[in-house]
Amino acid sequence: MEWVNAIVQGILLGGLYALFAAGLSLIFGVMRLVNIAHGDLIVAAAYLALVVVQVTGLHPLASAVIVVPLMAAFGYVMQRLLLNPTIGKDLLSPLLVTFGISVILQNGLLATFTADSRRLAAGGIETATLHVLPGLNIGYLPLLMFVAAIVIIYGLELVFSRTSLGRAFRATSDDPEIAQLMMLDRRHVFGMAMALSAAVVAIAGIFLAIRTSFDPASGPARLLFGFEAVIIGGLGNLWGTLAGGIVLGVAQTVGAQISPGWQILAGHLVFFLILAIRPRGLFPRMD
Amino acid sequence: MADTIRTGLTRRTFLKSTAATALATPAILHFTRAYAQNPTLKLGYVSPKTGPLAGFAEADDYVLDGIRKVFAGGLENNGKNWAVEIIVRDSQSNPNRAAEVASELILKDEVDILLGAATPDTTNPVADQAEVNGTPCITTDCPWQPYFFGRGGNPAEGFESTYHFFWGLEDVIANFLALWDHPGVEKKVGGLFPNDADGNAWGDAELGFPKPLAAAGFTLTDPGRYQPLSDDFTAQITAFKSAGAEITTGVMIPPDFGTFWAQAAQQGFKPKIVTIGKALLFPSAIEALGERGNGLSTEIWWSPNHPFVSSLDGTTAKALADGYVSATGKPWTQPIGFRHALFEVVSDVVKRAADMEDSEAIIEAIAGTSLKTIVGTVDWSKGPVKNVSKTPLVGGQWQKQGDKFELVITTNTQAPEIPVGGELALLG
Repeated sequence: MEWVNAIVQGILLGGLYALFAAGLSLIFGVMRLVNIAHGDLIVAAAYLALVVVQVTGLHPLASAVIVVPLMAAFGYVMQRLLLNPTIGKDLLSPLLVTFGISVILQNGLLATFTADSRRLAAGGIETATLHVLPGLNIGYLPLLMFVAAIVIIYGLELVFSRTSLGRAFRATSDDPEIAQLMMLDRRHVFGMAMALSAAVVAIAGIFLAIRTSFDPASGPARLLFGFEAVIIGGLGNLWGTLAGGIVLGVAQTVGAQISPGWQILAGHLVFFLILAIRPRGLFPRMD
Repeated sequence: MADTIRTGLTRRTFLKSTAATALATPAILHFTRAYAQNPTLKLGYVSPKTGPLAGFAEADDYVLDGIRKVFAGGLENNGKNWAVEIIVRDSQSNPNRAAEVASELILKDEVDILLGAATPDTTNPVADQAEVNGTPCITTDCPWQPYFFGRGGNPAEGFESTYHFFWGLEDVIANFLALWDHPGVEKKVGGLFPNDADGNAWGDAELGFPKPLAAAGFTLTDPGRYQPLSDDFTAQITAFKSAGAEITTGVMIPPDFGTFWAQAAQQGFKPKIVTIGKALLFPSAIEALGERGNGLSTEIWWSPNHPFVSSLDGTTAKALADGYVSATGKPWTQPIGFRHALFEVVSDVVKRAADMEDSEAIIEAIAGTSLKTIVGTVDWSKGPVKNVSKTPLVGGQWQKQGDKFELVITTNTQAPEIPVGGELALLG
């Protein structure tokens, strides 16, 4: 039962990683941009949720109604003003800009909110649990996060396959120059992609804030597992990102069951192994 | 770390320090500061103002403001008045950065005394730079074992110019054991020790928790070192549940404890006592845990209820903490007392130093310190090793009183002069 429990908790953990990684995967898929500030954006969204909850008295989960549009707007403006001017042939300059955004966000949050660790109190749901079998409990919150990850990825897939915006994303991703010729404004398409990514980030930030305490410096640690999930799953494939998150999560909990020292290492080893055997990930969708 | 510093003393460092002396020489020939109208004492202070350790330096501005007011009239040394300049540098919570700013303070700003505070990541690189350059250095706010042994210290020799005051691992262990001595609790402990400097020291089979716990009749379940910022503690929770642990301990950072504590509830693990080092120090960390923060216990280095007064102006611990609360509107934190005490020691050293121009004389004065400060007595002649002076440590529990959490001292076996404020209540 210990092992079953480890695997179940690992799958749920995978939902969390997929949630952290979905926005990253989206941005990489559309504009080949590695967003170093992704983790810090998640933490910024967590702080935004904190402010919204304190001002309006809403339940943390309900604060998404305000936080998601605000983050999306912020993402759009950030893309148009800061990132678009640098996007071109050179992959390095936008990467460096996101690096700068990361530093600015961290220190801006530190100056505004101090270094105190904060958390969003969500009441009973934090500790509520489902007794499945003796020795196997499933917390409501991890389950909710897992479901949220599936719903978000399903939603993003719908946007990609069914809407004109999704068509614009795919066209720009396949060949930006031809897409420009077809009257697609690349700047706007990229802005919308970042807005969508930031909306997902907002959800991830709210869950992060309920799940554990955070402080202005806790962003970068969120980035690494997100990257690994994206790469394990295959670049440009959102369902692959979920699969990648689950592979990573299960590897970590099973590793930890052997010895806690193996937890993070097991995740990295699986990542390394997949990179060695299938360099393009499990379900690659693009070159 | 000490090794890298030692190998770091190569041609480049040597040239740098000799260049600094060469530049300074003509000044000495003409007149030294002591003959100037208003000689100035330069203090360099390094702390983690930004980055993950910033919580430790949060009260720095408030304390430094107070200290600057006290030092505004200068300090007396051998009948001469010395103006005091405090140069503050941010370590950015990064040991390499701490070493860099410490070296700048020594070589460029030519500080007379170097000060540093908060965790081995600050105290060790700062003290190493000072030791290499022979600069007098006082540090605090880091258990003495990581400070002393982490720098490759040899108890027989000690260090030349660097001194430290705080408590040690043995004090934490003694306090935790006293906290857990409760008739309603089985002596079964689950340990959460991360793979970092603190976790490895606390979990060390020889010098850490395992031996004293076994000697006191406790069984310790230690699943092994976990990586800090882990997102899952299922393995540990499963191990504690099957061992029937009723007490949980460890030395964790707040996000790790938050993750663990939520998962413990989700997976049905309900210990009766949870005593964690580091993660539960700051009121903000407890507030963040909400109702689940009530009843957690931790070590207490300093509190407003400590019966000590400042040697500078007779401020009581309570007045200092209240001043911070009213000035900032934030709850008091434990480092406040230690930051204040650091400058108490400096003031005392300046008063006693035979010659403020001579760093040897300043070091001698530091070594000869015996001062009652706001955190207890600082006296390097009584240390566990040379260069280390121990301050008293007690243990206590966060208890909800009204709508606020209060850190109540529940055990004082290690420092009976500090009054107990209440009894330990078991977690429900």
